[in-house]
Amino acid sequence: MSVVADPHIDPNADPRAIAGEDSASQWRLIWGSFRRHRLAMTGAVVVIAFYLVALFTEFLAPFDPDAPSSRDVYHPPQMIHLFDTNADGSWAFRPHVNGMKLSRDRFTLKTTFSPDPDKKIYLTLFGDGTPYKMWGLIPMEKRLIAAVTPGERFYLLGADRLGRDMLSRIIAGTRVSMSIGLAGVAVSLLLGLVLGGVSGYYGGWVDTGVQRLIELKLSLPTIPIWLGLSAALPQDWAPLTRYFAITLILSLVGWTELARVVRGRFLALRTEDFVVAARLDGGSKARVIFRHMMPSMVSHIIASVSLAIPVMIIAETSLSFLGLGLLPPTISWGVLLKEAQNVRSIAQAPWLFAPGIAVCAAVLALNFLGDGLRDAADPYAQEGR
Amino acid sequence: MLITYIIRRILWSVPFLFVVSLIAFALIQAPPGDYLTTFAATLAQSGDVVDQERLELLRERYGLDQPFIVQYWKWISGVLVGDFGISFEWQQPVSNLIWERMALSVTLATSTLLFTWAVAFPIGVYSAVKKYTLGDYVITAVGFIGLAMPSFLVALVLMYIAVVFFGTDVSGLFSEEFEKAPWSLAKIGDLLSHLWLPVVILGLGSTASLTRIMRANLLDELHKPYVTTARAKGLSELRLILKYPVRMALNPFVSTLGWAFPQLISGAVITAFVLSLPTSGPLLLQALLAQDMYLAGAFILLLCCLSVVGMLVSDILLAVIDPRIRYR
Repeated sequence: MSVVADPHIDPNADPRAIAGEDSASQWRLIWGSFRRHRLAMTGAVVVIAFYLVALFTEFLAPFDPDAPSSRDVYHPPQMIHLFDTNADGSWAFRPHVNGMKLSRDRFTLKTTFSPDPDKKIYLTLFGDGTPYKMWGLIPMEKRLIAAVTPGERFYLLGADRLGRDMLSRIIAGTRVSMSIGLAGVAVSLLLGLVLGGVSGYYGGWVDTGVQRLIELKLSLPTIPIWLGLSAALPQDWAPLTRYFAITLILSLVGWTELARVVRGRFLALRTEDFVVAARLDGGSKARVIFRHMMPSMVSHIIASVSLAIPVMIIAETSLSFLGLGLLPPTISWGVLLKEAQNVRSIAQAPWLFAPGIAVCAAVLALNFLGDGLRDAADPYAQEGR
Repeated sequence: MLITYIIRRILWSVPFLFVVSLIAFALIQAPPGDYLTTFAATLAQSGDVVDQERLELLRERYGLDQPFIVQYWKWISGVLVGDFGISFEWQQPVSNLIWERMALSVTLATSTLLFTWAVAFPIGVYSAVKKYTLGDYVITAVGFIGLAMPSFLVALVLMYIAVVFFGTDVSGLFSEEFEKAPWSLAKIGDLLSHLWLPVVILGLGSTASLTRIMRANLLDELHKPYVTTARAKGLSELRLILKYPVRMALNPFVSTLGWAFPQLISGAVITAFVLSLPTSGPLLLQALLAQDMYLAGAFILLLCCLSVVGMLVSDILLAVIDPRIRYR
């Protein structure tokens, strides 16, 4: 061993000899193993994209999501064409959508849209749209995609029954749906940490009590209870109050999984040598918990949190879909899907399903991300994959 | 030993049922105002004469001007003899409305569970034995989508496909001619021919997760020494896998009764609403929206009891199958 000149090259070198030079922190190890998990990385990118959309909603939406247009009821989606032919037959880069003409059947009064070859709506990036207030504060006019001629409307994902732009509405719904997931998880994390921690740290009858509570919760069907709770909310509450109430209801039912993880980690760590050593050294309870036990639990908690968010998102969507969660004028994916409730409207306007695709994509991405994080956070799960 | 375990477990579920009934009653109580005001309003709306004497009688009967505990007592002692109070919206006793729907709900949940087992078991075994083959990847991909799509979305998409491409309406549990007909063999046959679609829709999510669990558990077992020993002794591969590792990996199947049953009941509420099935879900929703709280409370109570009982049955079955649990 002593003849080895460079410990970085020799694979037989005593790892302790090089530990001082090149030690990776826990977070770097997790990051390293997470990065190799391709699905999880994809999931992470998609999740970040969703939250960016949630952050810059006003700028990304082409129109005001609440602005109706009586002439564009159930307007079908339009494709973006990147190139346009000039009068002399040459090509030029001018993104546009083809206009649609509304015609009404004389007898049935059924409206149909047909392509209008004479009408083209030219689009531009960072153009001026209807004025809005970024985050409700900064007055702005720039939108990511806007019509070159102000006032012209275009529908990349179609329009709903009041002629409101679906794309703008889905983008607006992203903010509410993604944030209610985060807020709900934050509250249930608090509940889970406190109850799970108390249960795992003290053991004994406290533990038994909390365990029974979790068992009770797991044996109950969640949706009827959710429905019952949200039916009890007064219908005339302001949207924001209702948003918080629904968040609270969701987290009341969602804390058990987190509590179980926390308790399990506490039980496992309580007898670890370094925790015993810290306790025997006379460290206070708070110090033992926060300085010594917490760091080895955080990664697990983060993983369970990212697996709990999609559950919340689905729950919110289901509740709002049934008309007992968020209510219009609040826009969330569930509120939007409520429009697609009956067969007649989806047969006429299949693009009303689009929020459902957003729900699936977000849930799938969060699940991949959470799975990857869980695998990366657990050093013993290496050989399984 | 097994008997004492079963008795202990049954005794445990008594306080559970008590708490469940408290929760259900608290939900009945939760909306602002008392139901007699609602009742009087409904009566007045439909043009009936509001009979003050009758209102007083009802107030007396349900103890409406008394504290929570007294009201709860009056309610629960009625429930125990099958009197769930009256539905203000339907103007008849709740017990007239719920039983047929509850029976259909139980049928739906049980058949979904059987479907889940029947599908997830072979697929999970296949997926574990043929790990990292094309088949495994396809199963994993479908499974992830099944987990990510809420069942009501699946129902909507299937309904859309049925209407647009096949021109049929797939909602409901009965054909038109049987909808109001009394029960008969022909009606049961008709029910079975309609039941499969909701069962598939509802079972998709739990099938996906159960397949994952089966696969993971079997993968853990496949590399244990006893498998190698059995193989070295020349047992055929199929018999070997079915006889030892699958037997070990079977426990989660029985315990699904515990966790998947509540989920099925819960998911069935929304799916049934989308597909307009005559089960408990749509009526519960309607009752909640109309604040018809005795009806809603009865459904919530019964659905919760159903899943507590499911949990109980699953625990007992587990103890029967796995001796290690009995002796813990």
